[in-house]
Amino acid sequence: MAEGHVATISVLVDNSPGVLVRVAGLIRRRGVNIHSLSVGPTENAAISRMTIVVDTPPERTEQFAKQLRKLVEVRRATAVNGATTVDRELALVKVNATPGARMEIMEIANVFRASVVDLTDRTMTLEVTGKGEKIDAILSLLAKHGIREVARTGQVTLVRGAQAT
Amino acid sequence: MARQLDAAPGRRAARSRTMSGAQILVEALRREGVEILFGHPGGASLPIYDALYDARDIRHILVRHEQVAAHAAVGYARASGRIGVCTATSGPGATNLVTGITDAMMDSIPIVAITGQVSRPVIGNDAFQEADVTGVTMPVTKWNHLVLEVGDVAPAVQRAFYLARTGRPGPVLVDIPRDVSQEGAVPTFLEGVPVPAYRPTMDGNPRQIAAAAELLAGAARPIIYAGGGVISAGASAELTALAERTGIPVTLTLMGKGAMDETHPLCLGMLGMHGSAYANYAAHEADVILAVGVRFDDRVTGRLSDFAPRARFIHIDIDPAEIGKNKPAHVPIVGDAARVLGALTAVVRPPQVEGWWTQIHTWRQRYPFRYRQRDAVISAQYVCDLLNRLTGGEAIAVTDVGQHQMWMAQWYRPRGPRRFISSGGLGAMGFGFPAAMGAKFACPEAQVIAVVGDGGFQMTMQDLITAVEYRMALPIVVLNNGALGMVRQWQTFFYRDRRSASILRNPDFARVAEAFGARGLRVERPEQVEPALRTALAAEDGPVVVDVVCDPEENCLPMIPSGQSVAEMIIDG
Repeated sequence: MAEGHVATISVLVDNSPGVLVRVAGLIRRRGVNIHSLSVGPTENAAISRMTIVVDTPPERTEQFAKQLRKLVEVRRATAVNGATTVDRELALVKVNATPGARMEIMEIANVFRASVVDLTDRTMTLEVTGKGEKIDAILSLLAKHGIREVARTGQVTLVRGAQAT
Repeated sequence: MARQLDAAPGRRAARSRTMSGAQILVEALRREGVEILFGHPGGASLPIYDALYDARDIRHILVRHEQVAAHAAVGYARASGRIGVCTATSGPGATNLVTGITDAMMDSIPIVAITGQVSRPVIGNDAFQEADVTGVTMPVTKWNHLVLEVGDVAPAVQRAFYLARTGRPGPVLVDIPRDVSQEGAVPTFLEGVPVPAYRPTMDGNPRQIAAAAELLAGAARPIIYAGGGVISAGASAELTALAERTGIPVTLTLMGKGAMDETHPLCLGMLGMHGSAYANYAAHEADVILAVGVRFDDRVTGRLSDFAPRARFIHIDIDPAEIGKNKPAHVPIVGDAARVLGALTAVVRPPQVEGWWTQIHTWRQRYPFRYRQRDAVISAQYVCDLLNRLTGGEAIAVTDVGQHQMWMAQWYRPRGPRRFISSGGLGAMGFGFPAAMGAKFACPEAQVIAVVGDGGFQMTMQDLITAVEYRMALPIVVLNNGALGMVRQWQTFFYRDRRSASILRNPDFARVAEAFGARGLRVERPEQVEPALRTALAAEDGPVVVDVVCDPEENCLPMIPSGQSVAEMIIDG
């Protein structure tokens, strides 16, 4: 996937049954690849926010956002690329950690401000938050110890400042 | 429509007595002004049909296949501008609607489909005649909804009708489980706009309109490229006024046929794959194109990069997602076609187009539509030409899909909107005859004609009995070339004439008609065509099938092969 083609679209949707399927179906129908998609409640119980990271060339991103806006349940769809944003993702990483390797893993965790959330005599589970690249970086450092499992939330994004996303 | 006005939002819970979900549905349909439903009953819709039994003011037309109900709803909507309504039971009934619903989606036609669903406790259990109909129709509806509470029946219907008719129109489906239809409740209707978050932009941005006016005023070779959006917005008068004010030639899409009187001297008729050579040359050479209510479909543009390569585009559409979808718009204007065209006409200054018209007249004289008139063989184009002359373009002509559709598009010149009805975007064979029935129910006083091919007619021919039952004065002209003609034509041109599965063995359509109780006429010689058409057009109390045996080798020309450009246009076979 070419780096330059990744676009972030923030979508406010009615919190009603089937909305996720409608959005996902539209994405598939229009031939767009999903990098990540995260959904959660907002300050308004009737509305959820989806942050969708898709693989579209810049000139197609707005067209894709327009298609999303046509769904009756979509209140707002903003292509946030170009705006100054706060982007975050959370990952849980279960890595092999023999007693001899623990210190080195803790050191890596410290640098990345990851916290240890579980520990056994053979594994350690880290929780790390940040931009996607930061998570990619810690994963590559941990790789030599043997990563057993990873769970990533996908990116969430808000525009910086007082302006709405 | 008076009833619809009475039922405007603002009243609530008009009746305090308890009604069943099905009775609430019927009351909600009544408030939307529904006078006619096309449908077929079944297990899950039994409660709905029981409620309809008492509704003397809502006519139910029993069809023999649900596909016919959906196509008839589309024909009704397209002929009248009102919302067409169809109904089917769960499972197979509902899935049979899908082709018609998809047609409505592709052509932006307002219809509402009401489907029965299995009872709530068994949804998801693969119950008898269960299908996930809201799931199946999600990509082919503007909106759909599974009603899970009896209190939601009335609001769901209100939303369905509102969404179907506003903005870019389209099909909406409401799925009602059998036990919801049976449950009792006091109906509650929504007040005000039923979908507050959905607000289509109606008025165009004045600065953009001024920019469009400026671009048009400075154009040397402008054209207007108008489509179905003009018809759904009721903007024919505004389109004609703009053309007359500016002298700019108008080309129409298949969906836009009749958006302007096609005998008007400023109208060049249809462009695109089988459009006139002169309309296509005009589009190709244009320096400014005003596109209104169109979507730059591939059947119009051919290869996108070669479509009107020197033109700057003004694009007017109610749907923002259409603007810039296929071609970048230099002046995008989101809004209702009637309002935007009206506002534009008020400010535009006419460009100098005398030289441009001289060029267009030259093309028009050099490349008219033509066909060979022969002694022993009937040209399908002759039949279409004759239908145009006999009706004066005043009839509502409804076609099926294929060669005959394109010949009708070339030769039938409607004098106004809603007089040419055809499955444009989806190209659904089997559409023509049922949609003609729907049009006739919508406009019983108008002359409606169905023009179908021998292939497409056989897809929905069983509903001849419906036309007989309702004594519909409906001529059905079968242009019978013993083939799936357009498939055969493409095989001839692009597959070395290898006629794979395109040659048809046909029944005797006239005798089939007689068996249904309709009138049947078989026409085999050119001199029999006119008397037979006159007889069919004069029929008053039932359908007349005119089986016209046509030249099987005729090709539909001109033709711009798929994905190519004007330079590759085939003009003479």
